[in-house]
Amino acid sequence: MNAISPDLTFDLADTSLRELNAALHAATGESNARRWRVLNPNGRHAVAVGIAAPLTVEIEGHVGYYCAGMNAEASVIIHGNAGVGLAENMMSGFVHVRGDASQAAGATGHGGLLVIDGNASARCGISMKGIDIVVKGSVGHMSAFMGQSGSLIVLGDAGEALGDSLYEARLFVRGSVKSLGADCIEKEMRDEHKVLLAEKLKAAGLDGSVDVSAFKRYGSARQLYNFHVDNASAY
Amino acid sequence: MCGIVGLFLKDPKLEGELGAMLASMLCVMTDRGPDSAGFAVYGSGAKDKVKLSLRATASYDFEALAAGLSLPAAGLPGLAVRGTHAIVEIPAAREAAVRAFLKERHPEVAIVGTGERMEIFKEVGLPAFVAETFGLSGMRGTHGIGHTRMATESAVTTAGAHPFSTGADQCLVHNGSLSNHNALRRALKREGIAIETDNDSEVAAGYLTWRMRQGASLGQALEAGLNDLDGFFTFVVGTENGFGVLRDPIACKPAVMAETDQYVAFGSEYRALVDLPGIAKARVFEPEPATVYFWERAQ
Repeated sequence: MNAISPDLTFDLADTSLRELNAALHAATGESNARRWRVLNPNGRHAVAVGIAAPLTVEIEGHVGYYCAGMNAEASVIIHGNAGVGLAENMMSGFVHVRGDASQAAGATGHGGLLVIDGNASARCGISMKGIDIVVKGSVGHMSAFMGQSGSLIVLGDAGEALGDSLYEARLFVRGSVKSLGADCIEKEMRDEHKVLLAEKLKAAGLDGSVDVSAFKRYGSARQLYNFHVDNASAY
Repeated sequence: MCGIVGLFLKDPKLEGELGAMLASMLCVMTDRGPDSAGFAVYGSGAKDKVKLSLRATASYDFEALAAGLSLPAAGLPGLAVRGTHAIVEIPAAREAAVRAFLKERHPEVAIVGTGERMEIFKEVGLPAFVAETFGLSGMRGTHGIGHTRMATESAVTTAGAHPFSTGADQCLVHNGSLSNHNALRRALKREGIAIETDNDSEVAAGYLTWRMRQGASLGQALEAGLNDLDGFFTFVVGTENGFGVLRDPIACKPAVMAETDQYVAFGSEYRALVDLPGIAKARVFEPEPATVYFWERAQ
């Protein structure tokens, strides 16, 4: 049977979080409801973690830690703020927070797109491994720490030690950067980077509304990749 | 971990609900720390009186203790017994004498806090037990703070429970751990700050008391703490008319705040705030690292 069943609503005021997450995990695609609404999240942790199907989940309110963690294929939209570890280790799909995100948003993410309308706190994109993160506000200290690949795009400012011990993640910041971390440097913004940035902004729904030439690009100086005794104090 | 909460009312209409709101917030934070819990509430007070928050053993005869404190001219002191604690209200001028008397004649009684308006209650156990035992939900006041503890730096005892108070109408709750508390404790003791336990958080309370004794405002004392306190901390602090929040520069420990026209609220996690009135319309934000936040009431 391929018919798409109607939208589903889970009210966490009277349904357990486990019930919601179990239903999301059981969803496999076309035979299941494609639009899910979650009411009264009330800051609960681990809402909508581990989805592995192309569903759309809209969460009406603030969520706690690890929301949409390990997400694959799904679109998760949070109409509120998100706690620590939003979309942690996301594999693919789309996560959108209408408010602010706390620390470690998008941490270790392998793929997909994370859009944060407000600010993200410290360590946004820490150890990112391919995810694209677009923050319309500012990010806190140690963002993109040890970022391996993917892109972190910040329309506002970045806190201390941006891109510390960076590998090949690409960082674009439109506002000020309080300081760069070890081995992170400003790099030339060439046309290919403007094209890449425009493409990512378009995916985040910011097509044409943001001037890509207003951004600066930051990346790895590639001096700390391998142990070198002269760099001992920087490790 | 530890869970901390705080509530500072702007709207006097909510004062009757302060205890109930604080109790609800604290109980939500139970799974952040099961070892002990406590709270401070700023309720009514009189200018020429001081309240002593006293702690003893279960079914201690506080009536007899209060009778021993009476003076022919002044009569019996005000007494409100709540479980293992009692609030004794005495003329402010007698505070030193009463402290000396308690120390000499009643070493079994601990003074956990003093002040014109502040009352402190804390005990080993879960927040629900502690709130119930002391009747938190029935208390009224202008502001209050609460804590549920997962012990790290000192033993699981009532004395090691938060809040800590080291000055009149001053109290502090802490999530984190300080690494320079031993040296600082020695320095503060030399400055005449009374610190009773091995707990790191009490040292932070003593440090702020010391700064404020030197003339600093709560905000200035917190600012100075950024230089002098080494370690992880999210603090929520109360004074007679103020309420402050400070996180260490790494922002190691969580914090969420909500502000409306009616109140400023703090929780280790947003979950603690969800039952507050008007929370859906509140400005919800995460306090920045190394940034002092404080609110004061007009005197």
